[in-house]
Amino acid sequence: MIMEKNNMKIAVLSGKGGTGKTLVSVNLAAASEKAIYIDCDVEEPNGHLFFKPDDKKEKEVSVIIPEVNKDLCNGCRKCVDFCRFNALAYIKNRLFVFDEICHSCGGCVMLCPQNALTERKKSIGKIIEGVSEQVYLYTGMLDTGEASGVPIIKELFQKTKDISDKDIFIDCPPGSACVVMESIKDADYCILVAEPTIFGVHNLNLVYELVTLFKKPFGVILNKYMEEKDPSEEFCIENKIKILGKIKFDKVLGKLNSEAQIAVRTNEKYKVIFTSLLETVKKEVRNETASDS
Amino acid sequence: MKQLLILSGKGGTGKTTIASAFIRFSDPEAFADCDVDAPNLHLVTQQGSVSNKKNYYGLPRAKIDVTKCIKCDICRQNCRFDAILLDGTYKVDTFACEGCGVCEVLCPANAITSKPAVDGELLLYEKDKNIFSTAQLKMGSGTSGLLVTEVKKQMKEAKPDAGFAIIDGSPGIGCPVIASLSGVDMVLIVAEPSLSGISDMKRIMETAQKFGIKTAVCVNKFDINIENTEKIEEFCIKEKVAFVGMIPFDKNALKAVNKGMTIADVDCAAGKAAKEVFEETAKRLFEKGDETQW
Repeated sequence: MIMEKNNMKIAVLSGKGGTGKTLVSVNLAAASEKAIYIDCDVEEPNGHLFFKPDDKKEKEVSVIIPEVNKDLCNGCRKCVDFCRFNALAYIKNRLFVFDEICHSCGGCVMLCPQNALTERKKSIGKIIEGVSEQVYLYTGMLDTGEASGVPIIKELFQKTKDISDKDIFIDCPPGSACVVMESIKDADYCILVAEPTIFGVHNLNLVYELVTLFKKPFGVILNKYMEEKDPSEEFCIENKIKILGKIKFDKVLGKLNSEAQIAVRTNEKYKVIFTSLLETVKKEVRNETASDS
Repeated sequence: MKQLLILSGKGGTGKTTIASAFIRFSDPEAFADCDVDAPNLHLVTQQGSVSNKKNYYGLPRAKIDVTKCIKCDICRQNCRFDAILLDGTYKVDTFACEGCGVCEVLCPANAITSKPAVDGELLLYEKDKNIFSTAQLKMGSGTSGLLVTEVKKQMKEAKPDAGFAIIDGSPGIGCPVIASLSGVDMVLIVAEPSLSGISDMKRIMETAQKFGIKTAVCVNKFDINIENTEKIEEFCIKEKVAFVGMIPFDKNALKAVNKGMTIADVDCAAGKAAKEVFEETAKRLFEKGDETQW
């Protein structure tokens, strides 16, 4: 059975950092009539700097980690032997928990024969909601010193899973590791943002493998495009990858972006460019959904 | 071994461009790329030939033997990673599985075992007396922090007597970055003069300081926004963090990189500025005496 869906969920990713994921996702959201922008780059979220949202609401995100009742612990070390992350150690007749290594699997608590381990919540970051004109924002922010933003990303999607009347733009973290996989898992379509360097191509190749592995339909936007010779463009042609659009290298755009200004809202030329890019993306998503059924 | 780690918080500010130039300037006996899920340093350092290549095994993943499974559902109910799928039979979502072993230990039918999985590749290059340690995380694997630790271990084991090592880091502030921070003597943050870049720089600075590592900052492409560059310098002064210089935006940098060269290999403004940044950085890294002067 195919569910009737009126909206699309688009993930913007790149492999390499700094290719323009935030530029593309922020401006596509700003060019939409009604949009949700989700910042999954929880280690270094930047979308909110552009949108400067009002009516902010904050909610803490926490994970569950074990806590030792040392009166009950008899030093059997069952938990220490079980924990594959080495988050527990029994040293000098005392059980220690290393919070930042713990993956919150709960195994130690389930196994302790003395019931000496209980669970407590530990805050790892927050989700900030806000509004900026016609865009509703969800920003995930990991506390510094914390290792994994995955629980925050999960929470972001939990909060937005029932939205069906607005298009959703997901700004992904760089790379291709667990946080990126978590960010694209539920996307209908992926936009890969590429830049014209051999670094860019190398990393484009990696996310190309990733979206293929996850069987996601996708297309590429060539950012900082230069007429001369764009190695990312060559890569797309060679691998028969759909090029959704090209954003030419432009000092004006660079300046706007460095000042965290939304090009679509401040510059007529870019309003036209991103509106047409959005149309192209929508058409692609429709084609993909049609060919699925 | 004095270890210099290059980080940035924000991606694409020029970590690898600067790390590769530093490698040219100083010809260190050991260097490494810790950006294991998007490594690039090998593209420009012409590091000689691979002397050692080995599989990297992360944590094992659960595997359910359907012939033994009694469909009690205990594994699915207790998996905190939603990695047990029920689609007629019980299956493990290997992308979601973190290999904690809870399902294995709880299964009353002993139907679940852990299978080791290749999560990437560790590579060691050798040229003359120098070694280069790098890795590539396999697509769809989650354990990047562990692999970063392996890259650094490989570097130290291959060249235990090296006096100086340069390590290229990954963007962000999370697990791979934290893993790369352990044991280094100094972090050089490559900042970018944009409001995003400043916000990200502050977060990586805070992270490095939490781990008690001395930190210096340089600004790349500083002329893209002079006011923001000034803001970064002022912030460093206020926070008493060493500001070690600025590198201009330079199209020659891009051309050099696309030819597989570093900015130190061509005659360009960015290369010259990077040299000065390197000297300032090295001076502070090898500085003796009172560390609180930082």
